Amino acid sequence: MATARVAEPGGSLGEVKEWGLDREDLLGIYRNMLTTRSVEERGHILYRQGKIPGSFYTGRGNEAAAVGVATAMGPEDVGTPLHRDMGVHITRGVEPWRVFANYMGRVDGPTRGRDGNVHMADARLGLIAMVSHLPALLPVAVGCALAFRIREEKRVAVAWFGEGASARGDTHEGMNFAGVRQLPVVFICDNNQWAYSTPTHLEYAVEHLADRAQAYGFEGVVVDGTDVLAVYREAKRAIEKAREGSGPTLIECLTLRMEGHAVHDDAFYVPKELFERWAENDPIERYRLWLHEHAEFSDEEEDEIKVHVKKVLNDALEKAEASPLPDPATLLEGVYATPDDLDTPHHK
Amino acid sequence: MSEKTYLQAISDGLRQEMRRDKRVFIIGEDVGVYGGAFKVTLGFQEEFGPWRVLDAPLSETAILGGATGAAIMGMRPVAEMQFADFISCGWDHLVTVAAKQRWRVGTPVPITVRLPSGGGFSGGPFHSQNPESSFAHIPGLKCVCPATPEDAKGLLISAIEDPNPVLFFEHKHLYRRIKGEVPDERYTTPIGEARIHREGTDVTVITWGAMVYTAEEAASKLDDLSVEIIDLRTILPWDKEAVLASVRKTAKALVLHEDTRTGGFGAEIAATIAEEAFEDLDGPVRRIAAPDTPVPFSPALEAAFIPQVEDVVAGLRELAEY
Repeated sequence: MATARVAEPGGSLGEVKEWGLDREDLLGIYRNMLTTRSVEERGHILYRQGKIPGSFYTGRGNEAAAVGVATAMGPEDVGTPLHRDMGVHITRGVEPWRVFANYMGRVDGPTRGRDGNVHMADARLGLIAMVSHLPALLPVAVGCALAFRIREEKRVAVAWFGEGASARGDTHEGMNFAGVRQLPVVFICDNNQWAYSTPTHLEYAVEHLADRAQAYGFEGVVVDGTDVLAVYREAKRAIEKAREGSGPTLIECLTLRMEGHAVHDDAFYVPKELFERWAENDPIERYRLWLHEHAEFSDEEEDEIKVHVKKVLNDALEKAEASPLPDPATLLEGVYATPDDLDTPHHK
Repeated sequence: MSEKTYLQAISDGLRQEMRRDKRVFIIGEDVGVYGGAFKVTLGFQEEFGPWRVLDAPLSETAILGGATGAAIMGMRPVAEMQFADFISCGWDHLVTVAAKQRWRVGTPVPITVRLPSGGGFSGGPFHSQNPESSFAHIPGLKCVCPATPEDAKGLLISAIEDPNPVLFFEHKHLYRRIKGEVPDERYTTPIGEARIHREGTDVTVITWGAMVYTAEEAASKLDDLSVEIIDLRTILPWDKEAVLASVRKTAKALVLHEDTRTGGFGAEIAATIAEEAFEDLDGPVRRIAAPDTPVPFSPALEAAFIPQVEDVVAGLRELAEY
């Protein structure tokens, strides 16, 4: 039986203002969503041009979920975004050229060529780099929240996971511990309905993954992950609740993964009608129409944002391609940290 | 200086660090009110409170993943596995996240994981293992295996101070059996430096943990043979130079460990001696280790599993005859 609360859709301009977003914030959300998709579209082209080694993953369809949550985070909060969450990196302020540099294994990517695609994070932006073992970073985010609780800081950790990763023990251990200690952490499930080729009914047997929250002693919420304002509102509520010491929340953002698992996968196993139906709910187009309808978004403003994003990405690509490949002589460096390394944004 | 058991030395070192550094906290199963399965943290929760001595649910992944997150946020967690054997449940976090984060993205993970390890008291297959060799294979981790009370305290403080994930293997069979003089003040023992436990000229025994005492007993039974015992103290990184210097002096090497033989850390030591001191050897590098089976329960079987004094005596005699 479903126990999670199903969130209302995003509201009017007046309501949105009450949640703390002014008009500039609203345009910023649009810019971030557009930048997110454009970065990944450019990445796709780079991959096809043979400029990206290995594989390439995108989060098409997840832009609202990622940007909505990241917009609700405070500057001192931390998070562990995954491979469908480029929007989190963009919203927290990563420079797109560094993303491209990481895609291409260049020395100026956040991992300096040591790890690829979205396995990156800029610590200065409060983000911790993901690994392939999902959701290994979920208990890590719980540990960040534990540090905040021990030090009695008003900070919150945001832990991302997918519906596929929900089947792993890390999810259970992390959520159980967070519930037991009522830690300041918000769990975000990017439920895009497909874990590689595996559909949800082969991953879990509850109606909503957010129903599990009750079993861990906190609230579960299901939200339409293509509705950026609804995602923002629910994330904001949950983050502020955690900040006030009222414990975790599990938010399930329901979307559809609009492409294959990675570029090599044409997603033949996803019914065509499903893609068609969710394409009507494209998060960026949906929000663009909302802005026109509710926020007097003019065609000039829209063009200005599009031109701006295009220019940022053109410049970013040029800068990333100018970045050198790492020197093989540096391979052995940094396996072990030195005391100087503790002088990082996190450790301070 | 005061005389302390190996267990008291660990406990004292931990308490001193917690008094000195507010970032240090303990997380593990039954570490609070109960004071830990072996009572290393007895009384700690009363002194430091429930948020610095955290009783965790039965969740090794949450303990180690949580320690990793807290460390990245600037804390200095000391995580306790109730038995070293249970680290298999948290392997992924140490190896996948903690060990690689510095190298991948420049984020250090300063955590200490305490691992009560080793057999000798019918703990059976799941309360007796010595899993240090599996972790010595993982770049980014450090593995510490002290044998004496003095080293146990000094290395524990070094582990907590170290900016990397350090696995601290404390041998259960030494907890209350081994006593020694331990400085009362705070001090560190460097990670990566071996110690000469006993000086000799005829054969070198390279070992660590409880086997240091097995080697010592064997050596004391051989009046006609001058045995040098190297206590490695840490196996990642390990003190190659100290081992090679001793082998060059004695020309004979016996590698001894309580872990099973195939792929055990002794193989790495033997290979290194063969590569780098071949010309100095007067005989083959010998290994004495547990056979390749799980750790048995029954005392009769366990004695056949853990290398015994007689096994080492026989090994040393054989080498001496070369």
